Amino acid sequence: MKNNKTAKTKYRFFGIPLLFPYLKPYTPNLLRLLIFAALGGICEIIFPLFQQYAINNFVYGVETISAIAGQLTKFTVIYLITLIAYSVFNVISAYAACEIELYTARDLKNAAFSHLQSLSASYYNNHNVGYIHARVMSDTGRISVVLSWVFIDLMWCITYVVGALISMFMLNAKLAICVAVIVPIAVFISTFFKNKLTDIYHKVREANSVVTGKLNEGITGAKTAKSLVIEDIMQEKFEKSSHNMMKTSVRMAHWRSLYASVFSLISSTAFALVLWRGGIITLNGVMLVGTLSVFLSYVIDLIDRLNNLVGTISNLINSQVNIERFTQLMNTETEVRDTPEVTKRYGGIFNQKRENWEPLHGDIEFDNVTFCYPDGNENVLENFSLKIPQGTNCAIVGETGAGKSTLVNLVCRFFEPTSGRVLIDGKDVRERSLSWLHSNIGYVLQSPHLFTGSIRENLLYGNPNATEEQMINAVKSVSAEGIIERMNGYDANVGEGGDLLSTGEKQLLSFARALICDPRIFILDEATSSIDTITEQKIQNAITVAMQGRTSLVIAHRLSTIRQADIILVVKDGKIIERGTHEQLIEDHGYYFELYLRQFKDEAAKQSLS
Amino acid sequence: MKQKSKTFGRFDMIVYFLKGSTRFFVISVLSSFLLSILQMITPRIVSVTVDSIIGNRPPEYPKIVSMLGGTQFLRENIWVIALISAAVGIVTTAFRYLSSFYNSKGAESLIKNIRDLLFKKVLHLPLAWHMENRTGDIIQRCTTDTETIRSFIADQLTRLLNILILIAVSLFCVFSIHARLALLTLLTIPIVVSYSYIFYKRSSKLFTECDESEGVLSSIAQENLTGSRVVKAFGQEAYEKEKFEKQNDDYTSKWMHLCRLLAVYWGTTDFVAGAQIMLVLVLGTVACINGSLTPGNLISFISYNTMLIWPVRQLGRMISDMSKAGVAVDRIRYIMNSREELDTGAKKAFSAGDIEFKNVSFSYGSCKVLDNISFKLKRGQVLGIVGATGSGKTTIMLLLTRLCTAQSGTITINGTDINDIELGELRKNIGTVMQEPFLFSGTLAENIAITEKEPDPEKIKAVSAVACLEKTVEGFKEKYETIVGERGITLSGGQKQRTAIARMLMLNSPVMVLDDSLSAVDTETDSKIRANLSDSFGGATVFLISHRLTSLMKADTVIVLSDGKITESGSPDSLLEQNGQFAEIYRMQMTLPEELKQIQHVKSDTEVKITDEK
Repeated sequence: MKNNKTAKTKYRFFGIPLLFPYLKPYTPNLLRLLIFAALGGICEIIFPLFQQYAINNFVYGVETISAIAGQLTKFTVIYLITLIAYSVFNVISAYAACEIELYTARDLKNAAFSHLQSLSASYYNNHNVGYIHARVMSDTGRISVVLSWVFIDLMWCITYVVGALISMFMLNAKLAICVAVIVPIAVFISTFFKNKLTDIYHKVREANSVVTGKLNEGITGAKTAKSLVIEDIMQEKFEKSSHNMMKTSVRMAHWRSLYASVFSLISSTAFALVLWRGGIITLNGVMLVGTLSVFLSYVIDLIDRLNNLVGTISNLINSQVNIERFTQLMNTETEVRDTPEVTKRYGGIFNQKRENWEPLHGDIEFDNVTFCYPDGNENVLENFSLKIPQGTNCAIVGETGAGKSTLVNLVCRFFEPTSGRVLIDGKDVRERSLSWLHSNIGYVLQSPHLFTGSIRENLLYGNPNATEEQMINAVKSVSAEGIIERMNGYDANVGEGGDLLSTGEKQLLSFARALICDPRIFILDEATSSIDTITEQKIQNAITVAMQGRTSLVIAHRLSTIRQADIILVVKDGKIIERGTHEQLIEDHGYYFELYLRQFKDEAAKQSLS
Repeated sequence: MKQKSKTFGRFDMIVYFLKGSTRFFVISVLSSFLLSILQMITPRIVSVTVDSIIGNRPPEYPKIVSMLGGTQFLRENIWVIALISAAVGIVTTAFRYLSSFYNSKGAESLIKNIRDLLFKKVLHLPLAWHMENRTGDIIQRCTTDTETIRSFIADQLTRLLNILILIAVSLFCVFSIHARLALLTLLTIPIVVSYSYIFYKRSSKLFTECDESEGVLSSIAQENLTGSRVVKAFGQEAYEKEKFEKQNDDYTSKWMHLCRLLAVYWGTTDFVAGAQIMLVLVLGTVACINGSLTPGNLISFISYNTMLIWPVRQLGRMISDMSKAGVAVDRIRYIMNSREELDTGAKKAFSAGDIEFKNVSFSYGSCKVLDNISFKLKRGQVLGIVGATGSGKTTIMLLLTRLCTAQSGTITINGTDINDIELGELRKNIGTVMQEPFLFSGTLAENIAITEKEPDPEKIKAVSAVACLEKTVEGFKEKYETIVGERGITLSGGQKQRTAIARMLMLNSPVMVLDDSLSAVDTETDSKIRANLSDSFGGATVFLISHRLTSLMKADTVIVLSDGKITESGSPDSLLEQNGQFAEIYRMQMTLPEELKQIQHVKSDTEVKITDEK
């Protein structure tokens, strides 16, 4: 598999270097972020020193206020300036982090999205939409947080830890050594707990997905549960997994609470240590009271920051997964791609050179094609040859899942043959661009897909330059005026994914949408099982209209609809086992004959009852 | 079972959910109360150390100090003080653990409670309710909204209490040290809290706008990915890219706007908090010089003040966030207040016998599905039902099992109105198989024996044999332990139908309804299953809904449904004689189309007998 190659790529420094290209445009922001985060950290080191100064110089040994009035004012002013500077630094670094987070998130999303547009159909076949969606929306979000806030936290904490240690060494080296000893212990304990928590967190997630799955099943299977009277059994099972989830979560809570408590214990032990050693030093007169108080506040903050630092690093480690997933997506190469020469002449998908496009007539030819799906291990076509001249109506039949879509996938160049050629108008499809081919093919899917927006937007989707007249004509020719009327005009919203329309209505509109592009090749994946007879008749008529004068490939589910086809290809277990006209195939007494007979009975009943 | 027709108010419902977890929250809040008090001790130790051990002032707590050996002793053995401080630290740690752990434990048992109650409720809501509400929506209510309520109680409400306690305790401490200086602390609280409250309240609209913009962006991506073939087929990649980037820009700029405000907000609160600490230091220093404050007390005053300022900064945001929980509570109340399946209270047992529909009518909305249907079926007989899609065949099954309730007319079994029979009892005695059966995730054996608590493997095998499932199962590597559904293998339509039949047979019901449940099975297996059924379950009363008339030829009675009315009824033979719709369908199914006529050796499959035994 191709994925193995990318998986072997080493992710140094948690994969951050892979993101440099996305960070580069924001170098000034990043510099601002790092510098001002460091400055903010330095300010935080300075604040306790004010306290030290005030206690050492004003509180002790001063009799009256007037004696130090001038000094105190100066002190206050300097303090205030530092405070203002600190607040401003914070604003600047936080704003820089916002900018980096939002801009890199935007760029990463755009990059992922446009890369996805260029990927071939096989990618979409192998990955479900939820999975891809998460790559575009959530992974990019997590990565941009790493690039901004994790950077700020790292800078801030490191500056504080290093700075506070230096400051302490300068104030009193002996006491500072006492504090420094605690640092590795705190880091070690924090790391231990973070690892433990990550482990349990995964278990909680697992338990959670079991519960959600059960919940989902309970709701979708409610009817079955009722008719089998298994509500109590299901409830019991649900409560069992629900209980398991609670147990895991409580265990997580135990460790989390223990972690927080142990850390506060380290903090108070360190505090006691400083109080003891510092108290002795102060009593001996080597150190002043103010300095002792500074040490006491440093030690608490220092341990707090160490904890943050470990948390930030563990965040960074956890985000490595997101970075890996994102880069894997970006490294996925499209399997179907125009050669540089073709792109040069006809343009790419984002910059089509329509002026160089030749007209397409509609001759299709499979020339000795052998084909195997990328994830399959068996050839579904072997040395297959077939000519479909311009204007021919070709039907493909077979049971659900038999592999009827293979030929369509090849003609649309969603996939390319393993060997042999697919010719359009006598020329290998690979000699012309994907965009050229696609804009000449009208493709109507089994489950019609409409986009959120108005009817007009949907109709003009493939041909935004079509005139009002073309649009209205297309709607008329598939007898879809009724829909427009019901929805109150072309500007009516179709709802999310066309929710406000029935499947039949969506199908009619998607016919019209394809017709507006006036394609030379029509591809239909026909599905009429869930549609009432009147709509079905309408759709049949629409198909007939749509196909006039065009080459058409029809994937048929109901054999009665394709009796008139010029050629019928019969597919079983992924292979084409019979071909010919309806009459020829019936005469052959083969698989088609069997299929036809089976369907005939069900249809007869339906027909006479409706 | 008594019907609980209680409707919950917001408050009632939360109290109801809290049953069983309240004590954990109480322990947590009490621990955190003690924790707050304990946290106040350390600064006192520091102040005594600074003033009386290092300095020469008379100790503030003379009794305690003399108990420890007096100032002189402590001066020589300062480790004693450090030890006390460490000991306080250990006790504090214990309470910190209790407070945090019990809060989480309360939260987890609360959410478990909500989850279980909702699941139970949803299971017992009538089928009509399930049809009216979208699955995705119900799931969202059971997960996201539940989570919101959990975090409202465990994160917001208890945290709020904790913060208030901490504020109260530390205010008490600062006031006992120096009342005038403490006023400064007190004064900042309302300022900081209302500033952040107003900020978050005001910007909540912006937050919502950002969320909405993200929602749009997300659904553009979603639609693009779902419709990737349409995009490719029409060559509209560039257009899609532009659309996405435009929305992405909108989303980014909305957030950028909010960030600008947030950055200023953070900066100003940092400044206000810092300025307050500064004032305490400066004015405290002045108080020290005046002699109204000792240096040790100044240090501990500063500690208390610092302890207080961070929670105060959080308070405003918490209060403004709490209003969001109301929506979630209402969304869950919608489920909790929906009416459960009606049980008329009658507890009559089921006794097998003749089944009679008398003038039964049923409408779904304004659409009449069954119109004055009457028929009678003797115990042990087979009733065949034929009809077009939407003619009301399935509704007969729904009414018989009371998944839906007829608007008029009566249905009786052995003379008892089905409304008087206990609901579970009724359904257990009427085994149903639907056209598109739903299988649960798990193994095949688990699915077949889902109705049993301790399934008997022999029985599973036996019913599988009747449903002609045995050979299929033998073909699987894991046999009956094969996992089906999302995580396992995907069964074909016919395999699913046969599994569902086996599952129904486990109930050993005296009445069976097969609702077009052999449609995906080939005709030979279809007839074999029917033959097996009559061999092993010959005494059962059977409703057989099918399009294939050959399957119905041995039924005792066949009714033809058309637009909710019975247009023909009688034995198959008499219906053929009547020469009506049934006969027409029969002829169409039996007679080959013109083009096939010349072909001689078409197999006839009319020889199957289901009721031979009787």
